[in-house]
Amino acid sequence: MAGHSPELREALFELLLRLGDDCLILGHRVSEWCGHAPMLEEDLALPNMGLDLIGQARSLYTYAGEVEGNGRTEDDLAYLRNDRQYRNLLLVERPNGDFAHTMLRQLYFAAFMEPYWRATCGSKDETLAGIAGKAVKEMAYHIRHAGQWVIRMGDGTQGSARRMKDAVEELGHYVDEMFGTDAVTDALAAAGIAPDPAALRPDWDRTIEMVFSEANLKQPQIAYPQRGGRDGLHGEDLGHLLAELQYMQRTYPGLNW
Amino acid sequence: MGVASFDRATEQKRAWNAAAAVPDPEVPCVTVADLGMLRSVEIEDDVAIARVSPTYSGCPATLAIEMAIEVALREAGFEPRIERVLSPAWTTDWITEEGREKLRDFGIAPPAQASNSVRALFGETVVACPHCGSTETEKISEFGSTACKALYRCTSCSEPFDYFKCI
Repeated sequence: MAGHSPELREALFELLLRLGDDCLILGHRVSEWCGHAPMLEEDLALPNMGLDLIGQARSLYTYAGEVEGNGRTEDDLAYLRNDRQYRNLLLVERPNGDFAHTMLRQLYFAAFMEPYWRATCGSKDETLAGIAGKAVKEMAYHIRHAGQWVIRMGDGTQGSARRMKDAVEELGHYVDEMFGTDAVTDALAAAGIAPDPAALRPDWDRTIEMVFSEANLKQPQIAYPQRGGRDGLHGEDLGHLLAELQYMQRTYPGLNW
Repeated sequence: MGVASFDRATEQKRAWNAAAAVPDPEVPCVTVADLGMLRSVEIEDDVAIARVSPTYSGCPATLAIEMAIEVALREAGFEPRIERVLSPAWTTDWITEEGREKLRDFGIAPPAQASNSVRALFGETVVACPHCGSTETEKISEFGSTACKALYRCTSCSEPFDYFKCI
């Protein structure tokens, strides 16, 4: 962080919020399966993946608070912002749907974040590189786990294949947003702090193609991809999620364990 | 009694020993030093600084481990400070030979040496049963009772067992 110009610090803060929000919101979504998964092993696996993501969110928010320099903590950032102030991708706030939707969403996100963190390991920002070094290994694991389920369901029974095809149709609308660029990503890519998301598309396509070829699935053509999450424009589902996530802090402000 | 009045190297060794003896709360047969989580203990300006690398970003035991190290140092007469070190990222390759042996004795298969390549997405690892040593084993679940473990079963002796995941 030391040595970054004020403009760069502002961009870095914005990026840390985006990444932190992606991890927190998806981590929360995944944790909603706890006690409801179709089998005991998945009841353990899903909260484990949620824990990885929430752990990453904590590191990112803590660092965001330091970069911002206004004394905000990880808890302030997670619990005391409104939906319009959240910067997460629309993909990660999508409701869990059935197990096929959940696993495909996990695969899509992990297949993006694994190369993202891998590139960030070489960041000129040492703290971000450190967070990336841990997260990249966890994301590789998520790709593997979710990928195996997508294959098992896509290449499974008529019923499971139908569910997986439905998930591919629905979530296809939220893929392009991951690779979106703007002034924030451009500034950080130019400074060698974070990768250009658009450049990661071939990596993502390769992973998805590898899984889809075994799962008898095809990527759909999407005419009008959905965007807006990075600018705080979310679907109504995020509001419901935040109502649950933030309930304690909203009801008892300043509550401590 | 200030620690500065003692020989620094001896004191540093004593502080290391105190911190290194702290067990992992979830796998109590191994210590934080066995796991390679305790990176260093140094004494600077009368403060014992322990540098700790968490195993997983979201491991709920990280805070408990840091507090236990703090208490252990305090009980040994040091003024402790804990620093969390993310980079370089912890890897199962840092688990010591002794730690691997202790895991096996406890019934947990130690991680295969040399952590997984991120590209080897669907590669299968050969895991030896910690009970009978057979390599005829199968994975039941990618995720086990804690974030750091997967669940396996031995097809030779039929015993299920935990496998310490390789990262």
